[in-house]
Order: sequence, then structure tokens, then C-alpha cells
Amino acid sequence: MAEEVKLFRTWSSPYALRIVWALKLKGIEYETIFEDLTNKSPSLLQYNPIHGKVPVLVHDGKPVCESLVILEYVDETWKHNPLLPQDPYEKSMARFWANFGDDKLMKSIWQLFIAHEKDQDVAAVAALENLKLVEEQLKGKKFFHGETIGYLDLAFGWIANIVSILEEIMSLKLVDGERFPHLSSWIQHFMDAPVIRDCWPPRDKMIIKFQVMRENYLAPATPK
Amino acid sequence: MDGEVILLDAYASMFGMRLRIALAEKGVKYEYREENLPKKSPFLFQMNPIHKKVPVLIHNGKPICESLIALQYIDEVWHDKNPLLPSDPYKRAQARLWADFVDQKVHTLGRKTWSAKGEEQEAAKKEFIEALKVLEGELGEKPYFGGEEFGYVDVALIPFYSWFHAYETCGNFKIGTECPKFVAWAKRSMQRESVSKSLADPEKVYDFVLILKKHFGVE
Repeated sequence: MAEEVKLFRTWSSPYALRIVWALKLKGIEYETIFEDLTNKSPSLLQYNPIHGKVPVLVHDGKPVCESLVILEYVDETWKHNPLLPQDPYEKSMARFWANFGDDKLMKSIWQLFIAHEKDQDVAAVAALENLKLVEEQLKGKKFFHGETIGYLDLAFGWIANIVSILEEIMSLKLVDGERFPHLSSWIQHFMDAPVIRDCWPPRDKMIIKFQVMRENYLAPATPK
Repeated sequence: MDGEVILLDAYASMFGMRLRIALAEKGVKYEYREENLPKKSPFLFQMNPIHKKVPVLIHNGKPICESLIALQYIDEVWHDKNPLLPSDPYKRAQARLWADFVDQKVHTLGRKTWSAKGEEQEAAKKEFIEALKVLEGELGEKPYFGGEEFGYVDVALIPFYSWFHAYETCGNFKIGTECPKFVAWAKRSMQRESVSKSLADPEKVYDFVLILKKHFGVE
């Protein structure tokens, strides 16, 4: 009997993209259900009652939530083209840096994005420091995983997409080739990879979406 | 055989307790090194330069930070004895999600029961009890979160039981009356030697919380 795989996602979520890429890398057929988070479907609320968040992967009726947990589930269920390293220490490092990406790096870049002009310098220092730590992880490697794309590349995938969108809106270059030669090179390789490049959400739609978000954050302090 | 294993930890750290329990479950011999929190040693900064926190598991000179990551590492390296995570991928995913819930809810809200004041503290107490009730629901009639066997989620959660006395005293509320099933599970878990030897004394945890309150200026 054929397996049934469904992915509940929004059109723009970078977390959902991780799963799209992973399923593509493993060659898994699946059905996509796009969710409007202001009007969640009964199915989504049934599959993720605690948080009601996307993405949710439903495999033969069983739901798995949280994108990094889903990535490990996908890797453990479909064992070909492994995403995580086999060695326990290397695996721990991949998990550590994925968490760092979500907990520290993403937050610091977001803080810079929504900062008022007077707070931008301080916010930029934190974001740049965190980017430097990630840059150091790439030294000597084409991808975080090595010669091929793996778990940590998928976890950091948002850097290749969202960061350039935020940079365009802010008119500020964060990941420049001089300060971050390895990260810039990684972005190029990642963006060019066939499995990756066809999945990006429409850039113009993303720019509008994030521009509106930024305006909403900055609006209250704007003098009338 | 096991290699050189060092655990950089602090007596009252619930995250450190997780690793003490896991290492005991696996019968791994290790050297315990105590950090004198809230002061932090140069060695800690060297082993965990990014987060500067305990616990850090150091195996053959290589540091592994973040307790749930180190917990999985211990389970994978010493996989032959008392496996903590199930082998089925779906059950593993559920275990990881629930351990994450413990960090997001039990830890964060528990902390607020002693570090927050007024309305914020009251709200935290209420949500803390609600979180424990959600966990009681997940436990159901099983002896452990891991099912018949003590497992990953049990290890992730049980250390917080040693902090209940501090939460109750600082927050002026009783957890046991609201969550009897939870307490029953905790007492069952405490019967395991790995747990009873690894958990901090609740009175000493309370003393530590008083030091933290002073350090962070909470009164």
C-alpha cells in the first residue's frame, strides 16, 4: 500500500521549506496543504492541538510537528541520502548549530530588522557576531554537511533567502563577501542546487510581506 | 572503553541532573566538576564559549553543550544499555517534542514562580500548573512517559521535581494537590537509583534560589 505523506505549511514559512527540501532530497511524494494562519483549518488544529503551528508533517495519519524534529523524523524514516552525520559527535554539533541558528542568529537578525534607527548599531553588532560564528563553521567546506547538502544546510537555508530580502528592505548589506567569504560562497552553492532553487516563495510577495511587518513594528514610535 | 568523560555541572542545575541520570543509567564512569554558580570559571567559558552555561559533557576532550543534545549523545554512544529514546522514528519524534515542551513550559514558567512578582508571578503559577496537567494527560495510565520503561522524557522532566519545594515556597502555592498524578510519577521515578542519586536536595535547591534572587535583584 502506498504511503500517505502530507505537509501542512504556509507559502512563506522558512521552517516549512526545510521539510520541502528534505522530502525532495529523499525523493518522497507528498501532498501540500497551504494554511492561512488567521483561519486555521480543522485538520491542522486536530494534528497540532498544542501549538496550532506549521509546518506539520502527517505520515500515514500520524502528525509530527516542529521543523527540526520533522527533519530528524524524515531522516530516520527514509534512510537513503542521509541528512545527519553518522558520527554521534558530528550529529550533536549539527543539532547544536541548528538550535543556535533558530534561537540566537535568527532572533538577532530579526532584532536588527525591526530596530529603530537609534538602536540599529547595537543590534547590528549582535547579528554580525552571530554570523561570524556560523562563518567559522564553514571553513574548508562547500556545505555545512561537507560535499553535499545535509541537515544543517537545510536548517540554515533561511540565511540564503530571507536575509537578502531583509537586506533589500533595510538597504543594508549584512552578509557581504568581504566579511563573510565562506557564508557568501555557501549561499551561492546552496541557491544553485537544483533541489533547492525551485522551491523559493515568490520574492516580490516576500518583500511586501516583510516590509509590512517592519512598518508595523516601527510605526508606534513614529512621531505624528 | 568509555574514554574520558567529564561532566561540567552545578549541583542544583536541573539540566545537569539530566546528564547525571543518563550517565548513571548507562553505567558510565565520569569525573564530576562543580561550577560555583552564579560565578563562572574560565574553563566553562573555554568549553562553552557560545552560551557559557552548564552542563557541558566533555568526552575525550570534545565538549557537547545543551542538555538535550548531550542527552541524545549519551544515548547514542552508550546505546547498548538502558536505551532512553525509543527505536521507532514516530515515537522518537514525540519524545523530542515533549522534551522540548518541558524546556519551553516547565522550565520557563517554573523560573517565573520565583523570579517574577505580582500579576506576572500569579499568571506564571497558573500556567505552570496547566503545563503539568498537560503532561499528566500525556502520561495517562503509563508508569513512565517512556511507556513501561523509564525514558528520554522522564529523564528530561524528573529533575524539575527537585525544584518544586523552591517554586512552592517562593510562589506560595502547592503543586501536589493540583497534580497528584504528576507527583505519583515523580515518586515512582525517584525509586530508581540513577534518579535518587542524581537529584539535588530540595532544601539546597531552595538555598540556591535565594542566592539567585539576590544576584538578580529579585525580592
